[in-house]
Parts: sequence; structure tokens; C-alpha cells
Amino acid sequence: MENKNKSLIDYLLILGDNSLILGHRLSELCGHGPSLETDIALTNISLDLFGQVRSYFQYAAELTGGEATEDTIAMKRVDREYRHTWLVEQANKDFAYVIGRQFLFDAFHLPLLEQLVNSKDEMIAAVAAKSIKESRYHLRFSSSWMERLGDGTQESHQRMQTAINDLYPFTYEFFEETATEKIMHEAGIGANLKTIETTYRQTIKDVFAKANLEIPSAPPRKTDGKKGIHSEQLGFILAELQYMQRAYPNMTW
Amino acid sequence: MQKNERKKKEPQKQANLFTNYTIITNQYNMKGNPIWEVFIRSKNGLEHRHVGSLHAEDAKMAMENARDVYTRRQEGVSIWVVESKHITASNPSENGEMFDPAKDKAYRHPTFYDLPDELEHI
Repeated sequence: MENKNKSLIDYLLILGDNSLILGHRLSELCGHGPSLETDIALTNISLDLFGQVRSYFQYAAELTGGEATEDTIAMKRVDREYRHTWLVEQANKDFAYVIGRQFLFDAFHLPLLEQLVNSKDEMIAAVAAKSIKESRYHLRFSSSWMERLGDGTQESHQRMQTAINDLYPFTYEFFEETATEKIMHEAGIGANLKTIETTYRQTIKDVFAKANLEIPSAPPRKTDGKKGIHSEQLGFILAELQYMQRAYPNMTW
Repeated sequence: MQKNERKKKEPQKQANLFTNYTIITNQYNMKGNPIWEVFIRSKNGLEHRHVGSLHAEDAKMAMENARDVYTRRQEGVSIWVVESKHITASNPSENGEMFDPAKDKAYRHPTFYDLPDELEHI
């Protein structure tokens, strides 16, 4: 029983941390978006993601017991304990990177949630059911921007292709099943990453074709974010994300 | 004499207002995006009402921006967007002939009927 809970908590972190770190990256743009309208759109997405994280972490805290709360899970882990993929921690180099990162995540996130809706774990199924509409809109938003930039001016096309060339090799990590994900999938709680990958590559193909973008042929980046091994980017993210709780432990407002 | 001068200035002021107005409705932002007017139906059965405007490159983007800017607090169940240049506005300097003649025609209001007491909200 305890072992099962351990895997489940672990799985919740894998699910939640992608949204947490991507939500944080988007929050960095609050007040800095390229236009008022895009600024608020990205902030909305960020808040949607944080909302999902809260549900996952409240559940994880409940399973963990003791002093754990959604906040301690979000704010008080060390870098090796974060379980997100490398894609979502990539920096906001320019708007094309923001959109590329968002699209490459949304195209994975939606089919993931579509499976989790049928999870044998009622909580996960409920969170997925709530998140799925948000995610559907995120994908609609990011793919329409992919098309607009990819099929836009020469410069926007060039920037979009550059961003995609950089980001695409990180997408393979989504589908490298960790031990936890295998256990959860076999238990009927977690998703089947193989079938998601088929959907994913098809979405990429369709949107890239419309956006006049080429699918990069670069080999996959060998990354182990889901096992807690991250790029140097995470240090900077955590320095900002955790600053208040590190400087003023247990502060509230 | 001074009074007359002031009277002469007034129409000019109105003309300026009008000029500003036409500029606004055809304005583009720094990135060359046209302005769109946004109409929201707050719930089924009610009419769409004008809620504001925004910049967008195309209709799809205008729709997404309208959703993100104007319905994030559950303000609506339906959105219309229309590019501002498609709206023909009345000219404020013609307000006199447009609207003043209705002022003294109280008989156009349906207030001369005897209504039964049971009728409410009329």
C-alpha cells in the first residue's frame, strides 16, 4: 500500500511539475508580453496551469501526510526533486520560443489529459476532466500562433523555425517511460505514453504543414528531467520561485 | 463681443473631436494590427453588448483576444468581433439635426395608455 502511494505521489509530481515550471516561465512574461492582448492571454494560460498544479499537489500532500501542503511541495523541494521535462524550463528567448515551447507542450498535454480522464484514480480523473477544456484552448491558441508566425513574414518564419529547431529535440523526453509511469500505466491510473506519442507526432505534422515549418531532423536530446536531472536553467527558476519561502520561511500573506 | 467669439469656437472644437474619432476607428497599433470592436452576450436571451475594443491581425486572433481579455471573469456566453473600420459612426457635429428634433416629441413614448394593475415592469 505504501509502495503504491509512493508511486502515485511520484506520478503526481511528474504530472504537476510540467505545469508548475511552464506556468512559472509564462508568469515571467506578465507585463512584458508583446501586446496587451497577448500578455493577458499568456498570463491566463499561466494561471490555468497553476490551478492544475494546485489540484495535483493538494492531493499529493494529502497522500504524503504530516506537514506536507501544496505549498511545501511547490516551494520547498530541492532541484533534484522536481520532475518536469526539459522542454518546459527552456527560457523565453523571444516570442517564437514562447509559442514553440507552448505548442510542443500543449500538443502533448491534451492527449495526456484525454487519457487521464479515464484514470482509475478518481482524483486524477477529476483534475483531468477540469483541465481538459483549458488545455484544449491552450492548444488552439498556440497552434494558431504557430501558423501565424510560421506562415507570416520572412522574419517571423525564420524565428519560428529557429525556435522549433532548438526545442523539438526535447519533445522525445515526454515519451520515455520512467519506472513510475510504467507502474501507473499498468495499474490503470497513468497514461499510455506510446499511444499519446502517435497522436502527438500527427498533431505536429498537421500544424507544421499549415505553418509552413519543417520538422527538425536533429536527434533527440538525451534528458532525464522526469528523474530529477535538470539543466542549469532550473537553478535560476528556483531562485526566483522559492525566494520568499527561503528568505522568510513559512511566511504567508 | 466675447460671447460671440466663444460661440464661433465651438463648432471647431466639435470638428476636432470628430477628426479624432475617425482616426481612432481606423487606428492601427505599432505593429500594424487593426482595431476590432468586441460584443458580448452575457447570458442566453440577452442581446450582445459592446464591451470594448482590441488589436488583432485577423478575425481568429480577434476572437481569441476577446475571449482572453473580456471573458476571463465569466462575462459571457457568446462573442462577436467586428473590425472597427466596418462601423459607420454618426458625426458628432451633426448631432443637432440628428437628435435634437426628438426632444419635444413626448407623444412618441407609449405613456398614454391605461395599464391594468397586474402588469409589472412596464
